[in-house]
Amino acid sequence: MIIKQISIFMENTTGRLADVTALLAQAGINLRAISIADTTDFGILRMVADQPDEAVKLLKEAGFTARETDVIGVEVPDHPGELARIMSLFRDEGVGIEYLYASLEHKADKAVIVIKVDDITAGLAMLEKHGFATIPTF
Amino acid sequence: MPIWNKEAECASPEARQKLQLERLQQSVERVYSRVPFYRQKLDQAGVTPDSITCLKDIARLPFTTKYELRETYPYGLLACDKSELVEIHTSSGTTGTPVVGAYTEADIDMWSEVMARTLSMAGCAKGDTVQNGYGYGLFTGGLGVHYGARRIGANILPISSGNTRRQLMVMRDFGTTLLTCTPSYALFLAEAAKDEGIDFRDMPLKAGCFGAEPWSENMRVEIEVKLDISAHDIYGLTELIGPGVAAECECKHGQHFNEDYFYPEIINPETGEVLPDGEKGELVITSLQREGSPLLRYRTRDITFLMRKPCSCGRTSVRIHRLLGRTDDMMIVRGVNIFPSQIENVLMRIEGTQPHYLIVIDRGATHLDEIEIRVEVEDAVFSDVTSVLERLRKRIHDELKSELGISAHIKLVEPRSIARSEGKAQRIIDRRSI
Repeated sequence: MIIKQISIFMENTTGRLADVTALLAQAGINLRAISIADTTDFGILRMVADQPDEAVKLLKEAGFTARETDVIGVEVPDHPGELARIMSLFRDEGVGIEYLYASLEHKADKAVIVIKVDDITAGLAMLEKHGFATIPTF
Repeated sequence: MPIWNKEAECASPEARQKLQLERLQQSVERVYSRVPFYRQKLDQAGVTPDSITCLKDIARLPFTTKYELRETYPYGLLACDKSELVEIHTSSGTTGTPVVGAYTEADIDMWSEVMARTLSMAGCAKGDTVQNGYGYGLFTGGLGVHYGARRIGANILPISSGNTRRQLMVMRDFGTTLLTCTPSYALFLAEAAKDEGIDFRDMPLKAGCFGAEPWSENMRVEIEVKLDISAHDIYGLTELIGPGVAAECECKHGQHFNEDYFYPEIINPETGEVLPDGEKGELVITSLQREGSPLLRYRTRDITFLMRKPCSCGRTSVRIHRLLGRTDDMMIVRGVNIFPSQIENVLMRIEGTQPHYLIVIDRGATHLDEIEIRVEVEDAVFSDVTSVLERLRKRIHDELKSELGISAHIKLVEPRSIARSEGKAQRIIDRRSI
């Protein structure tokens, strides 16, 4: 299943993260996964929330450049070597990973990893074929 | 301090005006008979060469603009036979078609004279070693200083611009006494010298002639303290000859205009009306003895005023105050002339980077001009992948570099972070303390 990630452009200035999180908190939006890619001048905040459409609308109204991005949330058994197994699948099938990060979600003995790939249809099909569960939502 | 040409530089007002009128008449006659562009302009203005009977008549002559110089590129304003030319210089051409200076043997001779005066004002004499850090090439700075130093009989180190370690090595090993370069580069050298453990108080360097970019009294003090020298401001432009139009003597109270060769006027840039001495306005210059590319009433776009009172150095020539600004929005960054519209043109070609951008010019720790262009990241260019945005930055950087010859720092900023203004948008913040 495809998950809608929220991507936000941010300048590297103090307090910017506080602004974004406060805005979402006010609207009662719950964050399930979060990560920042940073460069010298700017960062891209990526997160998965329970109401992505609503969150993007709010952020845009507040003047942020934000958009929804299709990503995959995959359940990974929580013991050594599992992530390595998934990664080698991607390598062997030639599906490129643009970035990934771990979510705050933790189900019993499973972790949830958020992955952005260059071909999401191929990525999902591949995971399914090898018996990995992709989650529809958090 | 020596005065290179007492007869010319300390002439009585009467003698000078007589000479100026003769030369003005010759110049008008020259362009009228040899340059169709000027003949047409003069005819339109109803001015014939023999109707110029006093210096005040200069106000009847038409202006010449930079735009017209471009329109007539490369040889449209040539006032001599091509076979008489011995040298060509041009502006960098970053602001469009380059501006051309065409020199005959007599023009080079005159250039040597005015540059000998310029360097003498900073104390240069035979026996001095001049380290010429202006670029040699089509740019006028390098060869202009070179000819002046040759005329004086000084020893020249034609090192050209850049290569800082080598500049310092040469300065120390050959005992440079006079430095010529841009003022920001002088400060850059001072910093670099500190890192190399060089103390200027132990060096024979005594003075420097700095120009080709705007600078301030504060910067002068900084240069004088850090390099332990006397720092002199020099003024010139490719259109008229290059450096050598005006320069500061040891009194450093305005720049002495070489008015026996270049006739200055100050006008109201809106109306074109000539303003009295002491009033601020646009500097307009008429060349009085150029053969290759003479100009009538060239509008420099530089803002200053004229100081007619004789200077305590003994020179009687009129002085211009340190430049106070421009009548257009031209910026000079690292000696390169840039208009904001050129940056806008580049951004226009890159989808999504318009219309909100801001140019910030600053002199950082290195003292060299740094240019930052802030571009708001709108939906059209935003990506959740950093490398996509980095590629956008690189593309803007590379296109500006190939277009303007400058390396700008491209900063992607959030939408609406650049202040919106009613009416004319502010596109430039110049933070240089000049």
